[in-house]
Amino acid sequence: MRKVESVQQSDNIGRVSLRPGENASAVLEIGGRWLRDAGTEAVEGVLASIAAQSVKRLEIRPVGLEAWDSRLPCYLLKIADYCTAKAVDLDIAAMPQGVRDLLVLARAVPERAGARRQRERSSLLVNIGTRVLGLAKDSRLLLVFVGELILAFGAVVRGRARFRLLDLFIFIQDAGPNGFPIVSLISLLVGLILAFVGALQLAMFGAQIYIADLVALGTVREMGPLMTAVIMSGRTGAAYAAQLGTMNVNSEIDALKTMGISPMEFLALPRILALVLMMPLLTLYADLLGILGGAAVSYSAFDVSWVQYYNQIVKAVDMVDVAVGFGKSVVFALLIAIAGCMRGMACGRSASAVGDAATAAVVDSIVYIVVSDSLMTLVLNQLKI
Amino acid sequence: MATAHITVEHLTMAYGDFVIQRDLNFSIGRGEVFIVMGGSGCGKSTLLKHLIGLQQPAAGAVFYDRRNFWEANAGQRIELMRRIGVLYQSGALFSSLTLAENIALPLREFTELSQAEIADMVSYKLALVGLAGFEDYYPAEISGGMQKRAGLARAMALDPEILFFDEPSAGLDPVSARLLDDLIISLRDTLGTTIVVVTHELASIFAIGTDSVFLDPDSKTMLATGNPRQLLAESDDPRIIQFLTRGQGRGDIRMGVS
Repeated sequence: MRKVESVQQSDNIGRVSLRPGENASAVLEIGGRWLRDAGTEAVEGVLASIAAQSVKRLEIRPVGLEAWDSRLPCYLLKIADYCTAKAVDLDIAAMPQGVRDLLVLARAVPERAGARRQRERSSLLVNIGTRVLGLAKDSRLLLVFVGELILAFGAVVRGRARFRLLDLFIFIQDAGPNGFPIVSLISLLVGLILAFVGALQLAMFGAQIYIADLVALGTVREMGPLMTAVIMSGRTGAAYAAQLGTMNVNSEIDALKTMGISPMEFLALPRILALVLMMPLLTLYADLLGILGGAAVSYSAFDVSWVQYYNQIVKAVDMVDVAVGFGKSVVFALLIAIAGCMRGMACGRSASAVGDAATAAVVDSIVYIVVSDSLMTLVLNQLKI
Repeated sequence: MATAHITVEHLTMAYGDFVIQRDLNFSIGRGEVFIVMGGSGCGKSTLLKHLIGLQQPAAGAVFYDRRNFWEANAGQRIELMRRIGVLYQSGALFSSLTLAENIALPLREFTELSQAEIADMVSYKLALVGLAGFEDYYPAEISGGMQKRAGLARAMALDPEILFFDEPSAGLDPVSARLLDDLIISLRDTLGTTIVVVTHELASIFAIGTDSVFLDPDSKTMLATGNPRQLLAESDDPRIIQFLTRGQGRGDIRMGVS
């Protein structure tokens, strides 16, 4: 359809016709305009008729050839390759000099043996097997990373770790104070939502006052640490993976290694330290805002006064609950930072690999967070803490 | 000299208040191999950015066939840019696409060729740069020199009238650099493409250059324009002679001058 249009527009058509000669020879006549969008007969058709006539000598000759660009040598290259493969004698001496030169150039470097790849269709079993092996490789990577990290922490304790204090402060600034706005917004709204959902049920029994218990306990033990962790994995974990991944693409990590500086100490350690130091504090802040959100709902919609709300919270939440939330957030921070740094340092060397590393870091850290949270909740429940 | 393909008039290049080069005047003839040369930091690559429309001049104008590039409207500008091909310093191949997909991208967007015809065209372009059979490789899987040649194949995908090269021989071994030079020359000879090369590689400059402009970082303007061999033979400017003889002066060696 489109072909026909372009033909009508400019008479853009490349003509080709095969004239059989004597003694299994043939002449291929090339004419017309062989320009970018020109319509031509598919080269496969020409090759098929050459094969059908079992041609042994082929001459290509221009007949009324008006203009050409890459289309023509591209077309002739297919024919020339066919002739080489089938041991057909090819004569292109009559073609324009430029076409001949380009053909020579295109055939100057023979295809490297084994370069071409077979597109193989892998079966389901192979796919599953590859995935399982990949999983095993990933877990090994994680173990090695954690091992190296412990060694690096050892170096910190002995005061021998090589990293710049300034870096640590920059990362602290980035992971802590710079995270305030988003953490404030999310935790305030989650507190509001929690209060509303709970209050509608509790109000049926006239037990609105227990909104305070629900919100405070839920926020301090679970939602505060969890929401902060999810925010930070997207905000900071992904950033770590992208930073380290880009450094890997630029060979900066190699440069550190050859200087004899451990990238684990110099790059990963300050990032992990910063997040582990800042995230528990952010979590406490998130707890506070969540409780405030709950208070706003109770006060405005369910007639609970600020003082009642406060007193109820003091009764419901004790330091153990706060400590549980605090402890969880330390664990989450460690997991997020490890996932981010590990994926970044294991990043491939291309732009898309950096994106993959950031994605993998976020997915990993969210899985780690949820799994570890479930485990901790179970254990704490059994211990009656 | 051939008719001018690109004309630069009173071009001043600047980043904010920081002037890189001022008052550049030269023209690039059709079918020439034009060299932009000068020491490090003189603004060669910035000039290239101005020529290919990535950066707007602070003053002056760039004409393509007497059409002022920066006074054309956006549509005409895209039309002009489609007539040029650029080989960036490190190839600038899209790393998430295979070589075949990289080269097919402009063909698919701007031509009406069928899938099979595009595949043939991709194979032909790759064969031209000596990469036959590497269609399904990702850029990260091949060497730097091969990436550069693949980048050239992509730059040539639409048979551009003008090909720009940013430091084509940087990072290549001498033999590969020589092969790339040969390739540039054969492309010029067979397709009549105008070639603009930004380089400070002396061997390349003398081997392929038919015209040139010499930028000086200290005086912040061009010192000379003309055939590099002629410049070496006739120039009185010690800075040009220094550059063209690797700081050894005219008396000692005459590289490549025949």
